[in-house]
Amino acid sequence: MSDLDFQFEICQNKINPECLAEKLRSDKSLGGIVVFEGRVRNQSEGKKVLKLEYEAYKALAIQEGVKILDEARAKHPEIKSLICVHAEGELEPGELAVFVGAASAHRDEAFLGCRYVIEAVKHRLPIWKKETFETGEAHWVNCSEHHGAACN
Amino acid sequence: MWDNNYFSGNYMSAQAPTKQIKVRYFAILREERGLDLEEISTNCETLEQLYKELSNRYRFSLEASRLAVSQNDNFAAWTDPVKHGSTIVFIPPVAGG
Repeated sequence: MSDLDFQFEICQNKINPECLAEKLRSDKSLGGIVVFEGRVRNQSEGKKVLKLEYEAYKALAIQEGVKILDEARAKHPEIKSLICVHAEGELEPGELAVFVGAASAHRDEAFLGCRYVIEAVKHRLPIWKKETFETGEAHWVNCSEHHGAACN
Repeated sequence: MWDNNYFSGNYMSAQAPTKQIKVRYFAILREERGLDLEEISTNCETLEQLYKELSNRYRFSLEASRLAVSQNDNFAAWTDPVKHGSTIVFIPPVAGG
């Protein structure tokens, strides 16, 4: 197993999910592949969303992201390939904010590993998003009394 | 109010030593501070004291209890000492995904 099978990145360009999924498919011994795509929703709190701006504290986010993948691998050793890529910068509704993909011999571990990574990513990575509505209002998600966001 | 130490110069030595540090700001804190990096001198002993000092000065909207903190790109405890030469980041509630 090479280190390339476990990949965490913060991406300033558009994430290409097909390219990432193809990597997961390359090992023919792995019959279970689970992919989660977190995309920007076009509405939040009953309002139309214009855009989300993601900002990352990159050095710490990468360190923490690698740690999350290591934890997932330790908990679910059957997983042989695990990829997580998080976007940075401005995204419009429909665009991909985060990709998580897990591949293992069987489906159970792939589902569990994928789920573990996305939950940890949402709770632990030092990444923030500013949500701008079509009305022109904007706010940093989770940083006021109003929680919730237009993404997964 | 006046004590002899003030005039004898011992007043300053009674304080924690002054440290030069960098503070980086992200997201809501960056906007509230109006910049993303500053170098400051501080006598604060702990990271919590430093946040309270800066928060009083710049009227940050978030309580320390809602933040995390890092020193030199590692998560830190609020009670950790402020280290001379370090880079400190106060981490607002995260919202990845």
